[in-house]
Amino acid sequence: MNKMPQPTESSVGSCRSRTIDIVNRGLKRRYRAERRFKIYGITAIALSLVFLALLFITIVGNGYSAFRQTEIKLDVYFDPMEFKDKLAADANYLAIVKDAMRSLFPDVSGRRDKRSLYGLVSTGAAFQMRNMLLKDRSLIGQRIPVWVPADDDVDMLVKGHMDRGLPESDRRLKDKQLAWIDQLAADGRLHKAFNFSFFNNGDSREPELAGIRGALMGSFYTLVVTLLLSFPTGVAAAVYLEEFAPKNRWTDIIEVNINNLAAVPSIVFGLLGMAVFLNFFGLPRSAPLVGGLVLSLMTLPTIIIASRASLLSVPPSIREAALGVGASKNQMVFHHVLPLALPGMLTGTIIGMARALGESAPLLMIGMVAFIVDIPGGLTDPSTVLPVQIFLWADSPERAFVERTSAATMVLLAFLITMNALAVVLRKRFEKRW
Amino acid sequence: MNPLHLLIVLLLLSSAGYYIGRKKAFAVAGGAQGIQKLHSRPVYYGALTAMWCGIPAIAVVAAWLAFEPSIITGLVLNGLPDEIRSLPDGMLNLLVNDIRNLVDGNIVSAASDPMIQQAADRYAHLKLISLTSLTIASVSLSLLALIFIRSRIVPNLRARNQVERIVRYLLIACSMIAIFTTIGIILSVLYEAIRFFQTVPVTDFLFGLKWSPQMAIRADQVGSSGTFGAIPVLAGTLMISMISMAVAAPIGLMSAIYLSEYANRRIRDMVKPLMEILAGIPTVVYGFFAALTVAPFFRDTGDFLGLSISSESAMAAGLVMGVMIIPFVSSLSDDVINAVPQALRDGALALGATRSETVRQVVIPAAFPGIVGSLLLAVSRAIGETMIVVMAAGLSANLTANPFQAVTTVTVQIVTLLVGDQEFDSPKTLAAFALGLLLFLVTLALNVIALVVVRKYREQYE
Repeated sequence: MNKMPQPTESSVGSCRSRTIDIVNRGLKRRYRAERRFKIYGITAIALSLVFLALLFITIVGNGYSAFRQTEIKLDVYFDPMEFKDKLAADANYLAIVKDAMRSLFPDVSGRRDKRSLYGLVSTGAAFQMRNMLLKDRSLIGQRIPVWVPADDDVDMLVKGHMDRGLPESDRRLKDKQLAWIDQLAADGRLHKAFNFSFFNNGDSREPELAGIRGALMGSFYTLVVTLLLSFPTGVAAAVYLEEFAPKNRWTDIIEVNINNLAAVPSIVFGLLGMAVFLNFFGLPRSAPLVGGLVLSLMTLPTIIIASRASLLSVPPSIREAALGVGASKNQMVFHHVLPLALPGMLTGTIIGMARALGESAPLLMIGMVAFIVDIPGGLTDPSTVLPVQIFLWADSPERAFVERTSAATMVLLAFLITMNALAVVLRKRFEKRW
Repeated sequence: MNPLHLLIVLLLLSSAGYYIGRKKAFAVAGGAQGIQKLHSRPVYYGALTAMWCGIPAIAVVAAWLAFEPSIITGLVLNGLPDEIRSLPDGMLNLLVNDIRNLVDGNIVSAASDPMIQQAADRYAHLKLISLTSLTIASVSLSLLALIFIRSRIVPNLRARNQVERIVRYLLIACSMIAIFTTIGIILSVLYEAIRFFQTVPVTDFLFGLKWSPQMAIRADQVGSSGTFGAIPVLAGTLMISMISMAVAAPIGLMSAIYLSEYANRRIRDMVKPLMEILAGIPTVVYGFFAALTVAPFFRDTGDFLGLSISSESAMAAGLVMGVMIIPFVSSLSDDVINAVPQALRDGALALGATRSETVRQVVIPAAFPGIVGSLLLAVSRAIGETMIVVMAAGLSANLTANPFQAVTTVTVQIVTLLVGDQEFDSPKTLAAFALGLLLFLVTLALNVIALVVVRKYREQYE
């Protein structure tokens, strides 16, 4: 085979042996290239999946501990003297908490030491006392044990996010405070409980008091507005373009336009909302109403495109049958075609809503990025949304906010995954092959 | 009565109209047995009445509410003393905000000022008048329409045709919203951008090498005028987009090729939904991830190697953005690769080519325009992406080629210039709109080219 072709051999035979020769010589190299190519493909997929895993591990690993909050047990005494000539709402609850702390560590003296002792419990403890008392006046004059939230530094220490080995000056908690915390733990006065305040509170500067309720309600109102506006209009636009519109230059423009809008950066919609809704129409800043308006403009193309695809998949025979038995064109569309296309439209809408729920850039433009403590109660109350809350907390320097941010992200992702799973189920359930 | 209640009342009136119209239709037909005398089915008479009852009144309410705040504000301002009305726009805006806050019952520092208090009272008074007259106007409009249409119902009224015509107009109106959105975007951005270019020449903006939009608060401060040269911002955008494409293009393309040419059905069914999860994660989460994990990782690695890597490096933002775009690239290229006719592959395989040779020498050249189109769409996504860069890239507009330094992007600048309260007239704010215009035009051009390329290519094989 490797011999030089003899001149006496027939030209056909020499040619065949030469081709096989060339092929065989290259075969090993080509198979290697083939394997290499395949490995590239597997590596590419593996890389993206590794990244996905990494992202989830980081978020969950940082966030799961936020669902539990460290609490300190205090023996609170509602001193009748304190309530003698004051309304119950105005009493000095901070002093009550401080008294309770001092009674645990009677030998602490000096202003600075006392201040660092009081710093172990959250400022929210006083509000908790107040709410307790306003609910039940008979507590005055009693001494009762109460679990109050610990300060975020204590929380971080208990959860192991603070290194005791650091020199004292680099630690947020000083040596004395560590000793007090250890004593509290030894007395069984320190435990971790489910963090209800994370789900019940609005935003706060104190990590241990900050919750996502306000952001969740803001997201809810915003999405309601978005859904109410974008679903009917999107479906109507799709019905017109797919069923009624004549095929001419004008509808062509609309179509190109919709495809383009679907690819316009979301922040440009924010600019639109700012210039038109806030400055031209004078609608309130930071309101879910405006957020919903902007997001519905943004999700409209998605819904229109999905709805058109869904209408297109309804076979023409349905339309012809309806027209054949004497239905008008409107009756044909609204009685026969639309009900068959509706599941597909709903799937597209849910996916659009999921995108709207995760969207934050345009909402920054219309002022939904403010620090808002109150839980919004309506469409025009100032509010923020869950992704923007994540953005705000991600900027906060406290270590405890990293935990909160991750936990809020987990909540957001849970909502998104539920919505997408719902869309998949809906598609599977109602998908028809004609 | 607040607007929401008004809306509910109008909707109730409209549904009452439906029943009244339907009943009238039965009445003129002489009961259920005379129904074939009617031109349309009775529901259409009801629907017609309901539409006339509801649509004009609700349109009036919507228009009224849209223009009410600006008109009332204008009236209140006109009632203020001259020396206040001659204040600069920014101060006036603050004043109006104070008044509105006072009306809403939020306590502001200006509450003690009797003049502001008076203005607030006037504002509240005007608002009350406006709402009352709106209620009266819309409800009476609705009732009038109800009475009028009811009187018009006769057996040969072509109710179905009229209802269908109204429905058709409503559908057309809905499909026009997309056009209006585009026009709205162009007008709002263009208008502010033109105002910006009146103070800063276009050439300075497009070719200037220094970007520092901070304006001094007082006129006598040093550096009182910001410089608005967009080149560093554009360079930063370009760099981050390039890094992200360097990540997303090979990974996205190779995974699309593997999934469509090599993987069996089972693997495809498993991997594709996972890739879709990657596409469904909100960008703010990617941003948080970049800032929390990736950027510190680069910084620490740099420290370890003795390099100084900024904790807000372009690399971290670009890398994470690339990961975000992977599913985008892969699903788009998947589509175009699947559109290549099987006959081309079969031909190549029959000639003895290996699979990878088929992919490289037949499938990819055949799908090339489509792949280019999908990459262009991906670039436009990368350029317009906001949250990742806001959270992970910096604010300082460095003109550098070093990917480990902090750079800034167009979207970051728009966000920083516009978030928070500021006067609407300063070049600083208007600069954001100029950047927005640039962003819109660039992404529009990329999208149009990509869509045309993809469409041309699809037609080729259909």
